Amino acid sequence: MLAQPISLAVEAISVAYPNGHLALKDAGFTLGAGTICGLVGINGSGKSTMFKSIMGLVRPARGRVLIAGGPVEAALKRNLVAYVPQAEEVDWSFPVSVRDVVMMGRYGHMNLLRIPRAVDRREVTAALERVGMADLAERQIGELSGGQRKRVFLARALAQGGQLLLLDEPFTGVDVTTEESIITLLKALRDEGRIILVSTHNLGSVPTFCDQVVLVNRTVLAAGPTSEVFTGPNLLRAFGGALRQHSLPGATPLPADAVIVLSDDERPLVMAPDGQVMGRLPRDI
Amino acid sequence: MGEELLVPFLYDYMRRAMAISALVGAVAGLLSCYVVLKGWSLMGDALSHAIVPGVVLAWLVGIPFAIGAFAAGMLAALAMAGLRDRTPIREDAVIGVVFTSFFGLGLFLMSIFPSNIRLRTIIFGNVLGIADEDIVQMAIIAVVVLAALALRGRDLMLSLFDPTQLVVAGGSPARMRILLLVLLAATAVAGLQAVGAILVIGMLVTPGATAYLLTDRFGRMAGLAAGIGAVTGLLGAYGSYFLDGSTGGSIVALQAALFVVVLVFAPKHGILATRRAARVAA
Repeated sequence: MLAQPISLAVEAISVAYPNGHLALKDAGFTLGAGTICGLVGINGSGKSTMFKSIMGLVRPARGRVLIAGGPVEAALKRNLVAYVPQAEEVDWSFPVSVRDVVMMGRYGHMNLLRIPRAVDRREVTAALERVGMADLAERQIGELSGGQRKRVFLARALAQGGQLLLLDEPFTGVDVTTEESIITLLKALRDEGRIILVSTHNLGSVPTFCDQVVLVNRTVLAAGPTSEVFTGPNLLRAFGGALRQHSLPGATPLPADAVIVLSDDERPLVMAPDGQVMGRLPRDI
Repeated sequence: MGEELLVPFLYDYMRRAMAISALVGAVAGLLSCYVVLKGWSLMGDALSHAIVPGVVLAWLVGIPFAIGAFAAGMLAALAMAGLRDRTPIREDAVIGVVFTSFFGLGLFLMSIFPSNIRLRTIIFGNVLGIADEDIVQMAIIAVVVLAALALRGRDLMLSLFDPTQLVVAGGSPARMRILLLVLLAATAVAGLQAVGAILVIGMLVTPGATAYLLTDRFGRMAGLAAGIGAVTGLLGAYGSYFLDGSTGGSIVALQAALFVVVLVFAPKHGILATRRAARVAA
């Protein structure tokens, strides 16, 4: 067990790339143990820069990131930070099996030669069973469905013993049923005290599983409980012109001004005119 | 008839040629897995050509050719990295410019400083006339490359598959990139003697590409590629005795022939298997 519960504090970081591009300015938020938080913003809003700062891949010019009260490097050494990549970033034809990929989560626990010990094998098997992938452990990763692929990388994060899980656009190209089963798994992981930070531009799914929301657009526009932050006016600020707003045609049982549908991606979000989230539509309109 | 087949083993130079070709073939084959998965086939090509001026300069200065060749390879790699990071020129053009520049410089140096290094030897290799000290150099390179892969191979593989996970596990993808470059240059230097500067690229790509078609596991792919490299190295050198042809050409042509056979008949990723699978699906 951890000496202290996991926490994440991003303290007013500014990140500039060598080409002079200022990706984030004075961005900050904090998360405590047992949270699923959506990192929401358009493409290019600084979501991936935020992830890179939390993983120590880029160093903020100003401000700092504290994980479990310590610097990022210390958290990486303790294998606290686990990362689930976007599906498009993975070479699915790479000659590795499901078990091989999950074993990669144990590398940080192994010595320099990275030779697995019995404890590493046990953790890998346990993680595979946890996500329901034990039967497919010997498959090459390209032979899996979209949802199974996500589970493999979640198993890797579990085998690693990660307490802060970073998921990059986990629901892209995944059907709604699969999405729901992944969300169930994420909620179980949250209930064990982990912090799960999910970057997404898929608005429709956010209220169904996020306890907290961080809205980013070059800085943190708003952060806090979903019910307070995930509101129409805030979303319009975060998404600006990138958001499509529909009012349902008069033929529906509701009056024309009864709902607002906000849609950036495949799953539109339905809101009451006062900004209260009502739910989402299964498809775009 | 049977005795005739053993004739190459009677000659000291043939025995050495076969052993050296098998060793270089195994090392280059092992490394070719990383090259193929990294998508660095062109980089291997570039490095193998870029070492030529180093060989000439090493001869002029009077130092072991491997040191000059290796230094030239590293210089070329640095030049490529520098150009790629500091100019908007695309990577393939950067590689093309740098390796032809180095190769051209090498040929030019050779023409103005007539030496006992024959162009043919550098370009096509001369494993039959290999000197003892060159064998020692190649053996050292082979051991160093194998040791490096034994120690850091898993991290290198992870850096190709998922560099971010390597960072999370406390490794450095940038360091792995440099490691692969160094190993590539070192192996190109070793292969220079066996099959020559041009054909070494075949040894650094073809076995890996062949093994990739045969398996879905990295470990097996590495074993297969090393085996293919060793066997084709040995058989190529052996066969060249009877065919009275170029050893390098014979080794790489053998690898190419094996690749074609595997491409067609591989149990899962071969052309016939893919067609069968498509028919079953349809």
